[in-house]
Amino acid sequence: MIDIFHRMTFRGGIHPPEEKDRTKGIPIQTIPLPEKVVIPLSQHTGAICEPLVKVGDIVKKGQKIGEGKGSITSTVHSSISGKVVDISPHPHPLGSDILSIIIESDKKDEWVDSLTENEDYLSIEPAKLKEIIKDAGIVGLGGAQFPTHIKLSPPEGDRVEYVIINGAECEPYITSDHRLMVERASEIVEGLKIIMRVLSAKKGFIGIEKNKPDAIAKLKAQSSKLKAHIEVVGLNVKYPQGAEKQLIKSILKKEVPPSVFPIEAGVVVNNVGTAYAIYNAVRYGRPLIERVVTVTGNGVKDPGNLLARIGASFEFLIQNCGGFSGEPEKVIMGGPMMGIAQYTLKVPAIKGTSGIVVFSKNPPSSPFNKGGQGGLYQPCIRCGRCVDNCPMGISPNLYGLQAERGMIDEAYNWDVMDCIECGACSYVCPSNRPLVQFIKYLKAEVKKKQK
Amino acid sequence: MEKDKKTSLLLLTPAPHIRAEESVRELMFSVIIALIPAALAGVYFFGLQAILTLCIAATSSILFEFAYQRMTGSKNTVSDGSAALTGLLLGLNLPAGFPWWGTIAGSFIAVILVKHLFGGLGFNIFNPALAARVFLLISWPLQMSTFPKPAPIFSGIDAVTAATPLTVVKTLQLSHDLTKSVESVTEINWFDLLIGNRGGSIGEVSTIALLIGGIYLIYKKTIVWHTPVSFILTTTIFSTIFYLINPKMAANPVFHLLNGGLFLGAFFMSTDYVTSPITKRGMLIFGAGCGFLTALIRQYGSYPEGVSFAILLMNMTVPLLDKYLRPRKFGG
Repeated sequence: MIDIFHRMTFRGGIHPPEEKDRTKGIPIQTIPLPEKVVIPLSQHTGAICEPLVKVGDIVKKGQKIGEGKGSITSTVHSSISGKVVDISPHPHPLGSDILSIIIESDKKDEWVDSLTENEDYLSIEPAKLKEIIKDAGIVGLGGAQFPTHIKLSPPEGDRVEYVIINGAECEPYITSDHRLMVERASEIVEGLKIIMRVLSAKKGFIGIEKNKPDAIAKLKAQSSKLKAHIEVVGLNVKYPQGAEKQLIKSILKKEVPPSVFPIEAGVVVNNVGTAYAIYNAVRYGRPLIERVVTVTGNGVKDPGNLLARIGASFEFLIQNCGGFSGEPEKVIMGGPMMGIAQYTLKVPAIKGTSGIVVFSKNPPSSPFNKGGQGGLYQPCIRCGRCVDNCPMGISPNLYGLQAERGMIDEAYNWDVMDCIECGACSYVCPSNRPLVQFIKYLKAEVKKKQK
Repeated sequence: MEKDKKTSLLLLTPAPHIRAEESVRELMFSVIIALIPAALAGVYFFGLQAILTLCIAATSSILFEFAYQRMTGSKNTVSDGSAALTGLLLGLNLPAGFPWWGTIAGSFIAVILVKHLFGGLGFNIFNPALAARVFLLISWPLQMSTFPKPAPIFSGIDAVTAATPLTVVKTLQLSHDLTKSVESVTEINWFDLLIGNRGGSIGEVSTIALLIGGIYLIYKKTIVWHTPVSFILTTTIFSTIFYLINPKMAANPVFHLLNGGLFLGAFFMSTDYVTSPITKRGMLIFGAGCGFLTALIRQYGSYPEGVSFAILLMNMTVPLLDKYLRPRKFGG
């Protein structure tokens, strides 16, 4: 009965405008094949892949074209069939230029021959399942892009009891996970079952913010027969509900400290897109070559949720949504809270691209003129909003002052390293202070000192 | 390359790409709006003199900020509303009819000495308006404790001066006159105390108007309840204790609640962001400290009123409270 009083939430957090109405009701669209794809050899945390093909090679859809060496790495695959026309550094949505394989389509879209289907996928040995997941190039699709097979490998002696599927999707604007949950509910539940088998976990949860009642209903219907093992949990609508440890807190009521990995606390969290990709890889042998990308914002003519091939350019995806509406001011990969502004539309959609948000110049949708101060910021007035809203319970106001004065050791002592960079502090700051930037600067300086 | 030219114009700024609308100016103006009922009550009871004092205080504060920033070549921040708010608060803390030159001196102390010489908005240790008020009180004690008797604007009664109820109590306490009791010297009309028909500073007299403004601020989430509630509650608790110790020489807690500058101090002065703690736990302790010192000074000090001193003293503890009462860390 205690549970009735437990609010499905965590301390702190903010309520930015959701802005999801543009796309939440629009089904996932299949779009024409791109003529060209750019497959960056790094779409994951860890060692960059080495190309397995040469310029001039003919490749098939789903063919492995890059593989990394070392313990933390992943693989990449061609998302279309065609010819390798170039292997060179290319603009990457995370910022710098990354060695990428550029493939021109032969317009046949032929799968590679070696796909192994498994009808009885739930009887495959866990070790073999992990291998399939690694070979399919599956990484965290929520944005972090951490290689999933490593996430599913608990350290010696740690037992994983719970698996949580993250369907919170707390970033404003983005609805790719929402649509996937509504339209691919059974596949997501099967994916969860596979993950639970890999980890021999006893219970699985699917956590979804309550602003997606249709997704909750669909997944509840899918998992109703499995009540003892899988539970769908409606979560309070609050940013950053989808942050890994905040999600664990909301569902399991336990706070995993910053220095502890969730897996050491017996929990593994995976995004709904990841669960779906795992199902596709294990059941049909299909590697991760496409994902749902929400293309939205007031700068896009016909916002929608596209089933996008990895490597398709932002320009191509935006064109498939009717192009720009008005002049674009800013193009963001991901949501507006943690996404990354792009300087070129030539960047490709990668595995972590949950959305492309376009702000138009007119009307401007981002309030840069807060308080008539232009893009400038004012001194901290100690209002305490950043402290109140910090989901980690640390002190962003101080980090701002410490960064301005170069007080690196003090910042370290005040736990600046525990910041998850969710941006809630910058969002609420009435003085418009760039607190996340201050924090990133301090973290970089602390790391320099530690070396 | 044509396309590149166009896309190179995309704005590259770091996340988050959206911001809440609330700005410093909005916060300052919501406090100013919340002070309107108290200011109106002051004007109603003290008439033209009150309007003059308020106007002089606000205008001179704004001018001092403008002049200081002009002379030092720093950015003009008059538009953020904080100088206007400081001026208004200072005016509300003065008796109606306080000499105009004194008011201007107060603005100078608040804006130049207490705020800008300490680094400007965000860096001052003491509440500017209160520090100025205390400076004026010590420098010109007579003028600062000459309160006009409230004469509702259209009543046609000429203003005469009157001691505040707290002063009456203090005078008795200091006289050691054992033949009288506090109760015998205080005439209490609860309704008058509630609406503000009593002697006092322009903005402190109307408890009900201050309460309306305070609730507005809490409702608007401009302030949180922790400091004012803790402040008022602790004042009540300790004035009850002092009353129980010596009922003859102490005013009862309800009298303390409705007199002096308690509500103005609790809702508008002790909640100043810059000079109060940043965490809620800190605010509770800060408020309690203010409350205890207020009750203590009123009962045992040589000044009739202790709210200003209490808040200024507690202002000094804020860095310590912030240092030792950190927010609870996630997972900690």
